[in-house]
Formats: sequence, C-alpha cells, structure tokens
Amino acid sequence: MNWSDIFSCMYTEIALAGVIIVALLYDLIAGGRGRRFFHPVMCTLMVLFIAGTIVPWHSGEMEAFGGMYVYAPVYSIVKALLAAGTLIVFLQSDSWLRRQDTSFKRGEFYVLTLSTLLGMDFMISAGHFMMFFIGMELASVPMACLVAFDKYKDNSAEAGAKYILSALFASGLMLYGISFFYGTAGTLYFSDMAGRIDGSPLQIMAMVFFFSGLGFKISLVPFHLWTADTYQGAPTSVTSYLSVISKGAAAFTLMVILVKVFAPIAEYWQVMLYIVIVLSITIANIFAIRQKNLKRFLAFSSISQAGYIMLAVISGTPHGMTTLVFYVLVYMVANLAAFGVISAVEQNSGGKVDMDDYNGLYSTNPRLAVTMTLALFSLAGIPPFAGFFSKFFVFAAAFEQGFHVLVFIALINTVISLYYYLLVVKAMFINRNDSPVAPFKTDLSTRTGLVLCLAGILILGIASSVYDGISAFSFGM
Amino acid sequence: MNILSLFPAIPVLMMLGLWLSRNLRQIHAVMVTGASLLLGLAIALVFVYLGLRADGQTAEMLLTDSHVWYAPLNIHYAVGVDGISVAMLLLSAVIVFTGTFASWKMADGAKEFFMWFCLLSTGVFGFFISVDLFTMFMFYEVALIPMYLLIGVWGTGRKEYSAMKLTLMLMGGSALILIGILGIYYGAGATTMNITEIAALHNIPAEMQRIWFPIVFIGFGVLGALFPFHTWSPDGHASAPTAVSMLHAGVLMKLGGYGCFRIAMYLLPEAAQELSWIFIILTTISVVYGAFSACVQTDLKYINAYSSVSHCGLVLFAILMINTTAATGAVLQMLSHGLMTALFFALIGMIYGRTHTRDIRELSGLMKVMPFLSVCYVIAGLANLGLPGLSGFVAEMTIFNGAFMVQDTFHRVATIIACTSIVITAVYILRLIGKILYGTCTNPEHLKLTDATWDERLAVSVLIIAIAGLGLSPLWMSDMISDSIIPLISHILN
Repeated sequence: MNWSDIFSCMYTEIALAGVIIVALLYDLIAGGRGRRFFHPVMCTLMVLFIAGTIVPWHSGEMEAFGGMYVYAPVYSIVKALLAAGTLIVFLQSDSWLRRQDTSFKRGEFYVLTLSTLLGMDFMISAGHFMMFFIGMELASVPMACLVAFDKYKDNSAEAGAKYILSALFASGLMLYGISFFYGTAGTLYFSDMAGRIDGSPLQIMAMVFFFSGLGFKISLVPFHLWTADTYQGAPTSVTSYLSVISKGAAAFTLMVILVKVFAPIAEYWQVMLYIVIVLSITIANIFAIRQKNLKRFLAFSSISQAGYIMLAVISGTPHGMTTLVFYVLVYMVANLAAFGVISAVEQNSGGKVDMDDYNGLYSTNPRLAVTMTLALFSLAGIPPFAGFFSKFFVFAAAFEQGFHVLVFIALINTVISLYYYLLVVKAMFINRNDSPVAPFKTDLSTRTGLVLCLAGILILGIASSVYDGISAFSFGM
Repeated sequence: MNILSLFPAIPVLMMLGLWLSRNLRQIHAVMVTGASLLLGLAIALVFVYLGLRADGQTAEMLLTDSHVWYAPLNIHYAVGVDGISVAMLLLSAVIVFTGTFASWKMADGAKEFFMWFCLLSTGVFGFFISVDLFTMFMFYEVALIPMYLLIGVWGTGRKEYSAMKLTLMLMGGSALILIGILGIYYGAGATTMNITEIAALHNIPAEMQRIWFPIVFIGFGVLGALFPFHTWSPDGHASAPTAVSMLHAGVLMKLGGYGCFRIAMYLLPEAAQELSWIFIILTTISVVYGAFSACVQTDLKYINAYSSVSHCGLVLFAILMINTTAATGAVLQMLSHGLMTALFFALIGMIYGRTHTRDIRELSGLMKVMPFLSVCYVIAGLANLGLPGLSGFVAEMTIFNGAFMVQDTFHRVATIIACTSIVITAVYILRLIGKILYGTCTNPEHLKLTDATWDERLAVSVLIIAIAGLGLSPLWMSDMISDSIIPLISHILN
C-alpha cells in the first residue's frame, strides 16, 4: 500500500486536521479586525468539509497502517453526520463566544472542539485497541478543557474537574480490560481477535471493563453519575456538544466493536446490555421528573435516550446498525434544537435556565417556544416528527431479535418520558408568569442553527430517503 | 393522487392557511372553506363508493393506493376504504364541520386553537383511510397529542390535570398498540404491514395470538373507554373546550372501536374467538357502570361523558359478539353516538357560554329563555335514550338483536344485563331534561339570556338532520356497512 492509498482512505481525518490547522493559524495571525470573521470562516470551512465527505469516496472496506485504521462507507457517513452536528453547535455558540469574557479565546473553542471530533473519527475507524484508545483519549482530554471553558465560574470549573476525574477512571478501567484481552488473545487487532474470543471468564470480565469505559462516554446507568453535574456546570454550547456528538460517536463505536470483535460471546453482552438498558431508561426517567434546572433535566433525558440507542446495539444486526445511525441523527437534531433554545434564552435573559423561568415563554417568544416544543415532541417520539420514526425503528430492531419484554419496558418508559417533556411544554404554554422572559430577537447564526434543526425534525421522518441512504451503506455483519 | 389522500391533505393545507392568516376573518374563511370541502368530499366519497360497489367491484378495500415508504420494514403509505371506513369518514367530516361553527366565537388564540384542531383532524382522517399498520398507528398518535394543548390551554376547570391524565393514559394505550403491531408484523413473517395482506396470510401462530390480542385490544380499548381504562374520559371531556369535546367524544373514541375490530379481532381471529369472553365481561360492566355513574353526576358534561362510556362500551360489546348483525349495529352505534354526543357537547357548550355554569342544580326553566337550544337538547336526549325515528334506536336495536342471536347462556345473560342500560339511560336523560329545561326559571339572571345565534343554529341543525336522517332511513347506511362486515366476520370465524 502506497501513500496515496493511505491518504485517500483517511480523507476525513486529513481534511479535519487541515481545518484545525487553519483555525490555529487564523487564531495566531488574525488581528482585531480579522477576528470578527472567525466565526463565518469556521462555519464555511465546516460546510465545505461536510460537503466533501458526506458521500463516501470508496464503496468497499479498506485499511491502512497494517489494519490499525479501517475505512468503511458507513463510518464515513457517521463522521460527516457528527461534523454536521458540530457545525450546528458552532452556529449556536456564537452569541456566547462573542461575550467579553470569552471572545478572546474563541480560537481555543474551535480548536478544542474539532480536536475532540478528530479523536472520535479515529475512534470510529480504529482497527486495533491501541488506536481506539488513543482516539478516545483525544476525544476526552480536550473535552475536559471545554467543560471548564468558563473557568472563572465555579460550577464550570467544578464540572471540568468532575469530568476529567471520571473520564480518567473510566479510561483506566478500560485499559485494564484491554490488557486482559492481550493476555488471553495475544493480539489487539480487531480482525485477529474475533477468532480468539472463546468466552473464558477472564475475557468476559475484560469485556465488562471495556464496556464500562465506553458506558461512561455514553453515560449509561450505572456510569452516569458525572452527567447531571457536568451538563449543568458546562457552558450550554459545550453541553449540547457533549450530549449528542460525543454520545453518538461512542454508541456507534460500541456497536461496531461488540459486533465485530465480541460476536462469539454475544449472549453475554446481550444480557449485560439488557440490564443496562432497563436501568438507564427507568432510572433516568424517574430522576428527570424531579429536575427543575433545564440543563440537568436534559442530562437525564439524554441518559434515557442513550438507553434507547442501546436497543439498536443489542439487536446486533445490519438493520440495527442502520437504525442506530438514524436514531443518533434524529436525536442530534432534536437535542441540539432544545439546547439551542436554552442557550438563546440563557444568553438573552441573564442566565435563566430553570423550568419556572420558562413559564409563559410562548406569550413573549412564541417561535422559540414552538421550536422547543417540537424538539421535545421529537425526543418523546410523537409523530409526525422524526423522533417517532427513529423510536419505532429501534423498537422494531430489538423486537426482531426476540427482546419482547425489553421493548415493552422501553415503551412503558416512553410514556413516563412524555410526562416530563410535557411538563416543559406546560410551563411554556399553560403556566402563568408575572415576569416572563422578555421578548428578544436571536442573532442570525443561532437562528440558522435552529432552522436547520427544525428542518431535520420535520423532514427526516417523513422523507424516507435519509434512512434509505444510510441503509444502503450499512455494511453486512 | 388518490382521492382518499385528500382527506388528511386538506387539514394540512388548512394549517398552512391558518398560519398565514392575519385576523379572525381570514381564520374563519380558511376554516369554513376547508371544513366544507371535507364535508363535500366525504359525501362525494359515499356516492363514489356505492357506485363502485354497484358496478360489481367486490374487493374488500376499494380506491386502494400504495407507495413504498420504508422498504426495509415493508412500510407503505397504503390507503383504501370499505363501507365501515366510508361511514367513519362521513361522520368525521360532519363533526369537523359542525365543530368549526360551534367554536365560531373563539377569539383568544383562535389561530393556534384551529391549527391544533386541524392537526387532530389530519390524524383522524388519516387513521380511517389507512390500511397499513404503521401508517395507521402514526395517524393514530397524530390525533392524540394535540389534545394535550387543546385541553390544557383552552379548557376549563381542572384542565391541566385532565389534559395530562388523558394524554398519558392514551399514550399508554398506544404503547400497547405499538408492541402489538410489532408482534403482528413479525408473527406474520415480517413480509408485509398491509392489513388485508396479513389477514390473507393468516399465519400468526395461535399461541402468539393469545399474547398479542389482549394487548392490542386493551391498547385500542383505552381510547374506546373500556372499563377499567375509561377514567380519562369524564375528566378529559369535562375540561375540554366545546369543539374538542365534540371531536374527541364524537370521532376520536371511535378510533378505539374501529382499531379493536380492524386490527385486534380481524388480524388475530383465533385469539379473538377464544378470549372474547374476558372483554365481554368488561364491556358489560362499562355499559351498565357508565349509565349508573351518569345518574349521580351533577355536571352536564360529566353526565354526557359517562353516558359516552356507556354507549362506547356498547360498541365494543357488539363487536365482541362476532356476528354480522351485532357488528353492523356496532358501526351504526359509532355513527349514532358520534353524532348525538357531538350535539350534546355543542349544546352544553352553548348553554355554558350563556349561563357560565354546568351544574344542573343551578339551572332550571331554560325552555322559556332559549327555546331553540332547549328543543334541540330534548331531541339529543331522546336520540340518546333510543327513541324510534332517531339514530340511537336503530343502532341499539341492531346490536341487541345481533347479540341475542348468539346462542349460549353466557352471551345471553351479558346481553340482558347490557339491555338494562336503556332503562337507566332513560332515567338520567328524562330527569335531566325535566330539571334544567322545564319548571320555572329561578335565577333572575338567566331570564336575560338570548337564544342561539346563526352559527350555533347551523352547527346544531346539521347534526340533528344527520341524526334524524340516520334514524328515518337507516337501510342504505346499514346495507353499506354490513356488506363490508360480512367478509370480516367470516374471516374471524374461519
């Protein structure tokens, strides 16, 4: 394999590294006037990057560096979708970044965010546990800096500390598990490993340790304890990035590795996932009901959504893979819309993020209230919004493999989740408030982000072509 | 484009029109145009359908159309109608038309109100034209969720509690339906979601049917006010604004009965025969319990809501008898109950709008003050208690006749118990009419009230004409329905 082949199969990562270098240089070189164009330049670069990578360049699987790096069309699509989510986060974060106390370090925000994205891309494409681990660390460490971005705010710094400590603990656990694999299988290549997994107790323990590390990133119960505090303390744009992009990438990688490497011990990880799904969905739902802070509320909602994503993983079929990617995409637009509204209200009302502050929002800011409502309806799985379709498909994927009781438990939980989503809708439309959030006009960038999300919520489900497109590339397992 | 697709499409266009309209006048224009178009379309559909049948088209579903939607799961956008759905579409169109006029004076947030109202109608129309399990379920849920905001924002009384209770209970029901649909789809070999094709395959193992039948039946039964899952209905109907009560009790509750018949019983026939006894007991309780509860209520809307529990229980009771006569009666009862309960809720809304109370202890002698509304109330009451010449008689007579044809002691005893509801209905209706309409008007404030305005008269008259029409010449309708019932029942029995 020569250099040009390597470059052509790693095109996503190379292009993304290029964008990061441009951001770094721009931050260094541009003076006061030029910095005003930082945001448009970054958004344009991201649009070009997405446009160039959304259609896979190659139709078959390829590998580079002796199997360390693996290319498959579906990976390429997932990476482009994650980049699209990042673009929306950029659009929504502008009004926050332009504030006095953060404007001088907006370059850092772009570089750190894109670095985590690069880490996730390597994590998705890994063909070797070491590669996977390096990618995951590249995704975790800059993330801790992002969480503590508002460093002079106590709760942001606290959230950063909590995040990095839990992340390191999870990484340690995962490395421990990986070392067991090396000891029992004698290799860390995914392709060699599949034949050497025999279900010995040590390997099962290793698999559980490995899963714990990823479970932390996806914030599944019982690895979710950091989630609520970190989501609440981190700047809202970072929280939205953390809740969708990081989670989506980790969930996808988990499915790929479970299916590719651990297929021989499927009965073990299916039992494990079964327990984790039931716990995640149920416990997160029960906690979400009592939350008053909307960021904490969405933290618990995102834990329960992660449980639904795992329904696609547990099926372990190509159909499950398609629904997982589709679910992540739909969840991404809905959650980003919800966080976009929260961020806009927070920036324009002096930091209001409590549910009581949203009382009567419809009377003052009807468009934002409607956007939020549609996003929550999509998260709850109400037709004709996209969330209904994605939920139906993950249920179908798990049901097909015979997890009837599990699907039933998940369905009962959708009713509970509808209750707490409706509490927010009730606050905005029905509750009275003497001093509601004053009417304000969001800036163009935020509005573009919200319109993109709304278009996704309304169109992704009704138009089946997106699902068909993903389904056409989902590789045979 | 298929003529049937216009039914859900017109409300969507109406929503677009409402979104663009700037004042109350334009809102009314959009609503009246759309509702009249729907009514015209539904009447035209009846003639087209009867014409096709007269030409000798014997397929189970007519005017069918199917487009692939999600190929990996065999999901199609598939539509088609038989006699039952044509009747239901006509009912829905009438209720939407009259509901528009019954909420003519709505001024506070009229635009949003009518937009949610149109979304609700999209779901209802879409449900009745669908022959694909997924599409049907999707429209079913589309019809449920607007209820939350319609009741929560524009309702009266304990509206937030009622709205939440109604939404969660119905969504709980739809969770059961969803798992049932997956069970049916994968049980039938995962090759098609089309209802007629699944019925033709007829390959779901009996032991799986025994699991899915109760789940699907209860799922739809929640919306059909099956005892003990009916508790959302009185609170929800009492708190909802007039037009929403009309549409909800008049049409939405029929989705439950229609789904029980078309999906639970038709697709899971063996289990339906085997397990119907459980639900016959439950529906018998619904029928009698609803009627007794109505006797002790003092709020006009609660009386009518419990009366709806009783009458909708009769619909489920009749389809569980699994014979053609009773099932035809069930569909007639859906029509009849839809029309008269909408009339009731419209009249109650109009009376409440004037007197600002629905408590029967505070109302008396209204006949002298508002003769038009009072006479219409008497007509609605008489239809409700089954007076010959009005629709209620035709439906209940057919049901009890059909139910008594099942020749075993259990069914006959159940029928006799259910029959007593006719007497109980007469008790609460006559008592109510005597109390609030006749006698002397004791409240001097009520003497100043005025009678119905033109929009109210229009809404009420259309409903009364429909009730009387169905009561006086029921044969064309019952023939159309029973033609389509015969193949369904023979499929369930074999």
